[in-house]
Amino acid sequence: MVDLKVDIGKLHLKNPVMTASGTFGYGMEYSDFIDISRIGGIIVKGTTLRKREGNPYPRMKETASGMLNAVGLQNKGIDYFIEHIYPQLTNVDTNIIVNVSGSTIDEYVKTAEKLNYLEKIPAIELNISCPNVKEGGMLFGTSCTAANEVVDKVRRVYKNVLIVKLSPNVTDISEIAKAVEDAGADAISLINTVLGMAIDAETRKPCLSTVTGGLSGPAIKPLALRMVWETARAVKIPVIGMGGIMNAADAIEFMLAGASAVEVGTANFIDPTVTIKIIEGIEDYLCRHGFSSVSEIVGALETL
Amino acid sequence: MKKLILDLILKKNIRLNEQVHLLIFSSEQSLPKILPGQFVQVKIDDSPATFLRRPFSVNFVDGENNELWLLIQIVGAGTLKLSETSPGASVNMILPLGNSFTFPDKKDEKILLVGGGSGIAPLLFWGSCLRKADFNPEFLIGARSRAYLVELKEFEKYGKVFITTEDGSEGEKGFVTDHSIFKERKFDRIYSCGPTPMMKAVGAYAIKNNTFCEVSLENTMGCGIGACLCCVTDTTAGRVCVCTEGTVFNIAKLKW
Repeated sequence: MVDLKVDIGKLHLKNPVMTASGTFGYGMEYSDFIDISRIGGIIVKGTTLRKREGNPYPRMKETASGMLNAVGLQNKGIDYFIEHIYPQLTNVDTNIIVNVSGSTIDEYVKTAEKLNYLEKIPAIELNISCPNVKEGGMLFGTSCTAANEVVDKVRRVYKNVLIVKLSPNVTDISEIAKAVEDAGADAISLINTVLGMAIDAETRKPCLSTVTGGLSGPAIKPLALRMVWETARAVKIPVIGMGGIMNAADAIEFMLAGASAVEVGTANFIDPTVTIKIIEGIEDYLCRHGFSSVSEIVGALETL
Repeated sequence: MKKLILDLILKKNIRLNEQVHLLIFSSEQSLPKILPGQFVQVKIDDSPATFLRRPFSVNFVDGENNELWLLIQIVGAGTLKLSETSPGASVNMILPLGNSFTFPDKKDEKILLVGGGSGIAPLLFWGSCLRKADFNPEFLIGARSRAYLVELKEFEKYGKVFITTEDGSEGEKGFVTDHSIFKERKFDRIYSCGPTPMMKAVGAYAIKNNTFCEVSLENTMGCGIGACLCCVTDTTAGRVCVCTEGTVFNIAKLKW
């Protein structure tokens, strides 16, 4: 038996596989297909202080080996989450992590503050990287000063594990990562979607109502892998890797590049059981290669 | 209803015209209960161009033979590949998904099912269910021309069929809403599926005449199970997922 347990600071995961925010609803959407408590952690849909309707339809376009989305953080707001959704999640025997977003620092702070009091939410993932909102979102994640400031302000009020989700839409990811680490983040997750665009030549119109959107799926995996590798070398805090993970081999590659855990996103849409297959695949890999613990492969990339 | 991921076997692939194929699937295990108006999410293959699953309305369920019918129109790479699938192939689907059409209250209600293009797909199954429950549905089917009219014989098993074609090559000339049936008759319930402009026109007629009307929407979907929030439409209850709150909506709830 290999040990799949991973610690992200004070956050204890039964295995390193989590679900990426916005791709797994609140978990219940998948409970017909799998026992969701087997997943290491479920990162629920991006939550903001107030209700957001998101962007108008169309807000998704399939592209080569991926998809562009411009959902725009549609959610019913933190109070609705606490009152109506949280009670349904308290029986799920795994880590429920809330992805927090905002247009202003004040919104991030107030939302995070409210989550302090939920016993079954051991961590939040601060989303400073959403490319699909007009204000805030990615703006906080593309400048070291802004990233440092928002993380610092949230850190002052949030007592549990603070994960910060970074945007790939920057020149030097390691600089942003260091700014976030300095501000007191417990972990970094990356990458959020890559800003992209699709056009319908026949109609000469953009495919998304917002013109641009966030690209996810295997199309972005090499980019994500490189950024996770760069980030893991730049900071001391744990890194959670994501971006186009479709199977166990992909997940293992991220861990070899330095990720302590991974998030699976777009793959959930195609195969709702994929997280379980990835967990089992990692276990199988560790057995085959004679590792006794998954932590042994974190950053175990060898040189040529 | 519990959603399942099933591998179905393609039994028959029938080319109905240059754009439309009828795919008849069977399953080794018995199919779950599927309601009229529900859809399935079909995995195409693992190729980069057809990456996501594709949603299709259930065209018909043959309970006796444990068969599921999908009527597919070739509109892109995914539907093209599916149309080229050979009998015997295994096709992975998530089902059943979405809500369903609402049954009428009284057996003597005048019921019209209005379909256009491949939007007729769910109306065959719905018509069969209505007939089985002793209702008397009638069908109004619109197409570009005679060549694009499909499954007419199937529809005729469950009720009278009226036709419009844009070029007048079959039935009355014009769009479905131009059909004389709307001037001559009153209906208690109208159910519609087809191109959005057609459903909007049918919906406008229903609202004007204070007629109950449900339409089945066909928005582009990512997951089909309410997780990705991509297939939204605006309703009186806000912006909602078509895959879980629909695909069937009462016209009064849509902000069209």
